[in-house]
Amino acid sequence: MAAAPIEELVRLLAKLPGLGPRSARRAALALLRRPDTLLAPLLAALEVCARNVRRCSVCGNLDTTDPCAICADPDRDPDLVLVVEQVEDLWAMERAGAFRGRYHVLGGTLSALDAVGPEELGVERLLRRVAERPRIEVVLALSATVAGQTTAHYLAERLKPTGARITRLGYGLPVGGELNYLDEGTLAAALAGRRPVG
Amino acid sequence: MGQALPEIRPAPVAALAVERLRLRDLRNWARLDLAVPAGPVVLVGPNGAGKTNLLEALSLLAPGRGLRRAAPSELDRRPDGGPWAVAARLAGRHGVFEMAVGREPGAERRTVLLDGRPLKDRGRRAELVAMLWSTPAQDRLFQEGPAERRRFLDRLTLTLDPDHAAQVATYERLLRDRAVLLRDGRRDPAWLAALEARIAAVGVAVAAARRQLVAALTEAGAAEPGPMPGVRLALEGEVERWLEDEPAARVEERLAAALAASRELDAVSGGAAHGPHRSDLLVRDAASGEPAAACSTGRQKALLVGLLLTHARLRGALLGELPILLLDEVTAHMDVRRRAALARALEELGAQAWLSGTDRGLFAALDGRATFLEIDNGTIVGDERPSHAAR
Ligand SMILES: [Zn+2]
Repeated sequence: MAAAPIEELVRLLAKLPGLGPRSARRAALALLRRPDTLLAPLLAALEVCARNVRRCSVCGNLDTTDPCAICADPDRDPDLVLVVEQVEDLWAMERAGAFRGRYHVLGGTLSALDAVGPEELGVERLLRRVAERPRIEVVLALSATVAGQTTAHYLAERLKPTGARITRLGYGLPVGGELNYLDEGTLAAALAGRRPVG
Repeated sequence: MGQALPEIRPAPVAALAVERLRLRDLRNWARLDLAVPAGPVVLVGPNGAGKTNLLEALSLLAPGRGLRRAAPSELDRRPDGGPWAVAARLAGRHGVFEMAVGREPGAERRTVLLDGRPLKDRGRRAELVAMLWSTPAQDRLFQEGPAERRRFLDRLTLTLDPDHAAQVATYERLLRDRAVLLRDGRRDPAWLAALEARIAAVGVAVAAARRQLVAALTEAGAAEPGPMPGVRLALEGEVERWLEDEPAARVEERLAAALAASRELDAVSGGAAHGPHRSDLLVRDAASGEPAAACSTGRQKALLVGLLLTHARLRGALLGELPILLLDEVTAHMDVRRRAALARALEELGAQAWLSGTDRGLFAALDGRATFLEIDNGTIVGDERPSHAAR
């Protein structure tokens, strides 16, 4: 049994996705063995993030500024909004470098069982944004899972009355696949081949 | 998703078979290492000896919770054994492979290993290990409510369509999600419509897969009646009826519309008034036309086993591989004539069959062809193999 603070560190690390108790112990040991080159810089990075990173009040992205750098960038097309489930998906799109519009990050998918409803996904916020721009196109880039498709169906239904152009990503998306697992070429092709919904 | 059943191909039919079985700390079995001979295996012994436990161990190699639907920790040997593990070398159309299933130490979870590597994909497992079983718990299958019959049918479907179990689970989850919305009085029409559209899409796929299976079984049973009595099957349900005269896409729309119209009612009942979760499998004796529920207990058992054998044959014809059969206490209610018919049917089929019973005399028709394992208190106390089955 390790000392209590180390056990606490392991317990917290084990809550991270992809880390079980065993890999959390390995990660803790790796940190403790390199106090100057790993532990201290990590602590500093965590502190900076904890103090500065927030959710963008426009799109839901994570950044140190609000609105986020993407929302504040005048070169990004305000009449093209890509709706994604998670910040990871936004990152994947940005890595691909094929998208010059802006985002709406839902932060999840609809699930009454898990008490995730339209409020949790910021749907009203999205609708207000869309209502302000008559020529806007909304691209629904949700995963091909059942939850993703239910949510896409819901959003299309809510967006229809705004008169906005609604599209979804084109071919190349695997069934059950999530955006952040796709390579850049596939993402670019799916974006270029987007098709109207409904 | 509910794709058409594969084309019938005349390739040689393999029989999936367990070649070696090892157990540890499962129910009343401390340890077992068994080289399995060719031909039927008959487990004989008094009640509580561990015959069904051995069949259950085999059933755990296939996806699902096994033939007793037990939770992982229920399977640990009492009072001090565990965690349990089952490992088998199997041979079938995918060649020879090792499948191991066991409870994870300190967790209410199973680990599955394929050739020593973790296997998470249930569909892949369903593809590799297909098993059909009959247990005394099914003695009331034809009298019970339709839920048990649907579950039975879904298990059969799974051995042909590895994704079927996931589809059924998705469908049920979507129904629960809708029920929560309705119960909480959240009449968000767009949310409900989105759910109902998915429920309809997945539900119609589930219904279509069941319907295809029932049609294929009916055809297979009629084309080649075996020594066991035949059955006439029908699926009774609204969605199945719609599928008879309309394309699936149209049926999806119709089901979604029916669900939208029943929201008020469903909010009160907590369920859903439409969908394949309300369908039933109707089984009749093909010879007399009588409903199975009205037949004698012995006849019912014979009908059920006959149905399993027809399904096994169908899987052989469609996929080129016969599933393993686990027949627990099936001869108990059969007379001499039916027991002889069963022995003949098993021989004609050629699938690996595991049978159990308290009285060796019930399996006289298999004398000289089957291996008889005498079981007592979680051990094999007698092992009598037919001369030709030396391995
Ligand atoms: Zn933003």
